[in-house]
Amino acid sequence: MVMQPFRLLRPTSLAEARTLREKNDEASFLSGGHTLLPTMKQGLARPPVVIDLTRIDGLRGIAASADAITIGATTLHAEVAASEAVRTKIPALAGLAGSIGDRHVRNRGTIGGSLANNDPAADYPAAALGLGATIVTDRRELAADDYFVSLFETALEPDEIITRIVFPIPDAAGYAKFRHPASRYSIAGVFISRKGKDVRVAVTGAGARGVFRATNFEHALAKDFRAEALEGLTVDPSALLEDLIATKEYRAHLVHVMARRAMTHLGSAQSYK
Amino acid sequence: MTVVSMTVNGAPVSKDVPDETLLAFFLREHLGLTGTHIGCDTTQCGCCVVQLDGKSVKSCTVLAAHAEGANVTTIEGLAKDGLLSPMQQAFRDLHGLQCGYCTPGMVMAATNLVETYKGELTEAIVREEMEGNLCRCTGYHNIVKAILAVARGEVTPRDRVEG
Repeated sequence: MVMQPFRLLRPTSLAEARTLREKNDEASFLSGGHTLLPTMKQGLARPPVVIDLTRIDGLRGIAASADAITIGATTLHAEVAASEAVRTKIPALAGLAGSIGDRHVRNRGTIGGSLANNDPAADYPAAALGLGATIVTDRRELAADDYFVSLFETALEPDEIITRIVFPIPDAAGYAKFRHPASRYSIAGVFISRKGKDVRVAVTGAGARGVFRATNFEHALAKDFRAEALEGLTVDPSALLEDLIATKEYRAHLVHVMARRAMTHLGSAQSYK
Repeated sequence: MTVVSMTVNGAPVSKDVPDETLLAFFLREHLGLTGTHIGCDTTQCGCCVVQLDGKSVKSCTVLAAHAEGANVTTIEGLAKDGLLSPMQQAFRDLHGLQCGYCTPGMVMAATNLVETYKGELTEAIVREEMEGNLCRCTGYHNIVKAILAVARGEVTPRDRVEG
């Protein structure tokens, strides 16, 4: 496949990136490129200018405090998966990062790119929503609950740049997904966390409008934080995706099963997949 | 156009290429290193895997500009002193290939896996870590055997590079 021509700009500071974006109204931001470049090859995106964010100082790296892990937007999936801080404080997040794509993809793909793209089958949206993360941009802070809008749609302005993501450290968390065997994307993935009495259950891969919270699962687990508490619970199939791979009803069933598996993988840096 | 400079298989290279040039095409079309194959061209099959600063990447989905200043190793850079690398020797000895199309990517991925994996490689781990490389001929058994043989240090290169 042939890439259509574009001009590549490589700023080294956030201020420079913003200036370049102001001058190039139709420019796309590029991070690891593992969605944008294939999309451009297929002709589904044709930006005349591409602004590469990976040379900007300060957008990459992982920092831990007593109550949160902060991950820079251009941090690689492989770096999150291998981070000692993430593995000890939020093992399920390390496991999720280590379950994305394959090892070569994890050496290029970035957390900011994944969250900005908001693919309905991507993993990081489940972690951000399931942990109640804060998405920090070049101009504001967005709670995950307000960030995800619909398929490939977020609250970001077209010229807004994610700089880092702040994940509160939970008391317990787990992630499980059922993957399509060829694409390795989730057909249904469930991230569960508990912090005090607050339980969050985020579902990716299945929602017709992208990642969502299964509030009935949350209520049941808030009363009794065990897999058995989910017995008989399901999500409404009418709000789910349907494609050649899986019907709405099948996805609804998988969401239940993956939620139970997430509960049996609490505290594990190895996601069920 | 942008001048892109990097080190490929130990030698510095510099080429003036269109901004949209992908690393796989840079290697094949501009440097003539056609050992790096392009299979699916959609980041799935792994035929185009090379090492970029010690990390395995799918070069069909990396801009050449992203490798600016980097160290790139391709399949052509594995042999030392005219001898196959241990992984190349193992693939040859254990019949880890049939048509050979996926082989450069397999060998590059496998080499990187053995070099960088922390802990002991088992058959299950090798199969999982090699998920990003597809082979339509072999059924993977001999590929996995070859990787495990190198990981256990059982392979000594003896065959000379031909051609």
